Amino acid sequence: MKNKLSISSRILVSFASGALVAVFFLPVWRIDLFAPQYPEGLMMNIWINRLSGDVDIINGLNHYIGMKHISVGMFPEFRFLPWVVAFFMLLGVIVAVTGSRKYLLYYLLLTVVGGSLAMVDFYNWGYDYGHNLDPNAAIQVPGFSYQPPLFGHKRLLNFDAYSFPDVGGWVVAGASALAFLVWLIEWYRHRKIKPL
Amino acid sequence: MKHSFFKLLPAVTLLVIGLTALPGCKPNGTQSAVSGDAAAKTYIAPGKYDEFYDFVSGGFSGQMSVYGLPSGRLFRVIPVFSVDPEKGYGYSEETKAMLNTSNGFVPWDDLHHIALSETDGIQDGRWVFGNANNTPRIARIDLKTFKTAEIIEIPNSAGNHSSPFITENSEYVVAGTRFSVPLGDKQDVPINTYKDNFKGTVSFIGVDKTSGNMSLAFQILLPGVNFDLARAGKGKSHGWFFFSCYNSEKANTLLEVNASQKDKDFILCVNWKKAEEYIKAGKGQKKTVSYVHNTWDEKKHMATSTLEKEVLVLDPKELKDMVYFMPCPKSPHGCDTDPSGEYIVGSGKLAAVIPVFSFTKIQAAIAAKNYDGDYDGIPVLKYDAVLHGEVQKPGLGPLHTEFDANGNAYTSFFVSSEIVKWSVKDLKVLDRVPTYYSIGHLSVPGGPTRKPWGKYVIAYNKITKDRYLPTGPELAQSAQLYDISGDKMKLILDFPTIGEPHYAEAIPAELIMKNSQKIYKLEDNQNPYATLGDNKARVERKGNEVHVYMTAIRSHFTPDNIEGVKLGETVYFHVTNMEQDWDVPHGFAIKGANNAELLVMPGETQTLAWKPEKVGVFPMYCTDFCSALHQEMSGYIRISPAGSNVPLSFSTGTNLPSTSADPAAEKPAVK
Repeated sequence: MKNKLSISSRILVSFASGALVAVFFLPVWRIDLFAPQYPEGLMMNIWINRLSGDVDIINGLNHYIGMKHISVGMFPEFRFLPWVVAFFMLLGVIVAVTGSRKYLLYYLLLTVVGGSLAMVDFYNWGYDYGHNLDPNAAIQVPGFSYQPPLFGHKRLLNFDAYSFPDVGGWVVAGASALAFLVWLIEWYRHRKIKPL
Repeated sequence: MKHSFFKLLPAVTLLVIGLTALPGCKPNGTQSAVSGDAAAKTYIAPGKYDEFYDFVSGGFSGQMSVYGLPSGRLFRVIPVFSVDPEKGYGYSEETKAMLNTSNGFVPWDDLHHIALSETDGIQDGRWVFGNANNTPRIARIDLKTFKTAEIIEIPNSAGNHSSPFITENSEYVVAGTRFSVPLGDKQDVPINTYKDNFKGTVSFIGVDKTSGNMSLAFQILLPGVNFDLARAGKGKSHGWFFFSCYNSEKANTLLEVNASQKDKDFILCVNWKKAEEYIKAGKGQKKTVSYVHNTWDEKKHMATSTLEKEVLVLDPKELKDMVYFMPCPKSPHGCDTDPSGEYIVGSGKLAAVIPVFSFTKIQAAIAAKNYDGDYDGIPVLKYDAVLHGEVQKPGLGPLHTEFDANGNAYTSFFVSSEIVKWSVKDLKVLDRVPTYYSIGHLSVPGGPTRKPWGKYVIAYNKITKDRYLPTGPELAQSAQLYDISGDKMKLILDFPTIGEPHYAEAIPAELIMKNSQKIYKLEDNQNPYATLGDNKARVERKGNEVHVYMTAIRSHFTPDNIEGVKLGETVYFHVTNMEQDWDVPHGFAIKGANNAELLVMPGETQTLAWKPEKVGVFPMYCTDFCSALHQEMSGYIRISPAGSNVPLSFSTGTNLPSTSADPAAEKPAVK
């Protein structure tokens, strides 16, 4: 019993994992592009299983420099990401039901690993998108490559690109932070008990 | 002597101010409001928006122009009744039908008046109507797209001048005939039988509440006079319509003398609610006519003409209590109702006073049958019984009157070239300012409605003379903007216009800009010749016709190489703009085409028919600078002799038929 999570911690963990359901209804990431001709900006939303926003317009512009046509088909991730999220939600429920601190630790470790893998994957896609250009493209700047920003702002030719989490992404970040906070509290609570 | 000098002083002062203000119409952001008064009032900084849209008739240009106020900047010329090669209007296969009439294809007209749609007597920003004065028609322009959506011809009419004035819920726009003409089967009559054979009509065109579609509801048969201008009643006078008319002398020659004989002509008062009752009771007579109704299908991007055969005619000789004549001095022109709907201002072009009639008194006179005889069987109301009063010594040659929200009227004077401000209640002249020169119409934003927005009065002038840098014998006509927010009217801007501006209406920008459409959605494109994908681009022969189903996207046409067309065949280029981004139109032009270019908006399909006259290779290209590689957006079509056996082929990116001698054919086009 001593090693178990408190009731309030269990409720918080189940709330955190339950909140992940939001990403099925909200975009996770957003990329904003601004240029002299696009003062109103262009936007692309990334969901766990699709894209939305001005994807066609961005494709129309980027083909000049030989970037690939962005489409749902080029992301195999879209096929398994919903399952990954479902898995995390299930894991959260297991943590809450069992009240196991060990499982909570696994849950956190997996969250960190999963999040890191997602960012690495995103970076790799960006690298391929920006470097693996069509040799017959109309505009070719020798030695120039386009690494899109992973997080934050970057200037690409006439475009200012911004890459940030969208609402769904913030929900994931919040849920993870909450789970981490629970773990910290529990760690602190048990640390005090032990010397007794 | 002294008295007249002081009378002139304000005019002279204003003239001097007006002239010195001209070079001051430049960005002067840091100057104080006093010294840079006029400039500051009309200056709209780069990137900022005007407060009003101003829809200005193009007169003999046949088009309608759109300006911003107070800057006077021209935003767009909407093609309405005249062909416009720049936009392919009247030249593309899809738009040709817009200009069909019972007289065939009419490529030009004369657009005089503007009517913005209203709900509860307030401008609603949905549609703007314009009249064709020469070949009688009314056009409706959709203010989501700023495109002519519909044109309806008016039968039994000639010279549709008294049009398209609108009722306060856009129930009707009207069309009063300027020239009376023989009606019915007996058309071939001697002109000198005018008095016996010529008739006038006023037509009421219904406007559908949701779609805006027009239909000719009914016509009222009237004596052979010349109907000039009109205004709907509003508020308490809603249900009535007022039409000024001249030539009650019924002259058919030398009208300037023969139609100016009588001391008074008329304003026709129409109780259109009564007319509706008669129609409901089945009283109208269906007459066989022939007129054309053209509608633009926003999804097909195509116009269709329908020949209509019937009109419902109401004859006031039989249907009593529907129309009355009201005497009005000397060939009345403008006939304007004030925001309350109580007062009707008649402007006798040759009159020394401005009569103001009272709707309440009109009703009382009708109830008491206070008539001054009749004119061709229509009761004439007693002038004194319906008169609210006369504005004394207002100026020379009154034409039109508009209103502000504070009970003031503004009347334009052609002969004395001025605007006179006067109080509707007590008929006192309050202020006068000169116009440069010879003002026709004038307009206050919202001036003809129940809710004038005020702020400005704009003069639309007939003569420009020395106002601008000279451009040979033919000069621009002009508009002048006056600030009316204070007691005194102040000239603050002067700008040239297209064609000849007659009437104009201004409306707050926010009522329109929020609905302005950016693109046409490709998934909604139902044009039968649309090509919705590069892979569907193709060339097909159909008898003597070759149909090119072409796509345009930055920065190429698909197909862009076409061979196998023979002299004697007609080539139809059906160009679909695949862009779905704001402000990326593509143009299409081909060497030697004897019609025009196409200008295709994003998501739209338009067709250019081309009958080559020579054998050879003809380049085609995009005419609207669309991208960094716009100059590359081009292609060729090869025209072979009539009996040639060159097979029909088309391609983009690879050569078809390929030639081994061509190095490009060996290089893979796409990796």
